[in-house]
Amino acid sequence: MDIKAYIILSLVLFTIGIIGVLVRRNAIIIFMCVELMLNAVNLLLVAFSKMHALSSAVKASANFASDAQIFVFFIMVVAAAEVSVGLAIIVMMYRNVHTVDVNFLNRLKN
Amino acid sequence: MSIIQIIFLLLSVMAVGSALMMITSKNPVNSVLWLIVVFFAISGHYILLNAQFLAIVNIIVYAGAIMVLFLFVVMLMNLNAESEPVKNRRLQLIGVTSGGALMLIIVSAISKIDVEQLVQINAGDSGLIKVLGMNLFKNYVLPFEISSVLFLSAMIGAVVIGKKEEIDIKK
Repeated sequence: MDIKAYIILSLVLFTIGIIGVLVRRNAIIIFMCVELMLNAVNLLLVAFSKMHALSSAVKASANFASDAQIFVFFIMVVAAAEVSVGLAIIVMMYRNVHTVDVNFLNRLKN
Repeated sequence: MSIIQIIFLLLSVMAVGSALMMITSKNPVNSVLWLIVVFFAISGHYILLNAQFLAIVNIIVYAGAIMVLFLFVVMLMNLNAESEPVKNRRLQLIGVTSGGALMLIIVSAISKIDVEQLVQINAGDSGLIKVLGMNLFKNYVLPFEISSVLFLSAMIGAVVIGKKEEIDIKK
């Protein structure tokens, strides 16, 4: 499989995430779109690591080719921590303004 | 067209279609469920790339833990299609246009590259649990330990933020 197919696939997923962040007003769905963007980048990292594994210089040690997958593992770790704090923030916002519409978060504007 | 390409296309169509359904569905619960389908499709891609450890972790952590957390919050707030915020048509159009323009620009830039780099499919042992575990606990043991501190601070932060404050207005 060509690397370009993976680049374009994860690019399309990333763009859908960006469009979701721009279009939707619901804070939870915006947050989910951020998760989708993280996953698109993870997919691209794994595809590049498997592309790297084919090159002859790396073939000797599989250790070297698995570095990108370690990165993906750490991205997942950070995403899990981020989600717990972010959802706590959304719950607090819901408690204070009784909505999850981000248009109501405009106190800094005035 | 080989079987690998067919599987790749099927998984890609599944991922992109579910992602589109996620950002277009009115009910937040449906959005969460579509996002889980996207994560399963991405896990299928990982299996196709022979990154077995990440495929399992993706299902357990993302589709299992994180999306259940989202679902809990959505149901806790009793969100549904009626409570969905009203959208501004003009802003929607601007968002879709700018996102689509970004995608078109990067796709056209990438299609200019004529380097044929292949991806190792369904082979190679760089994604196996043994290799990843050896690499993680030999070369990346310090970031691994630091991430446990990160989790602890995230847990404390979530508890502190989510705690109900006793507001004293009289004071």
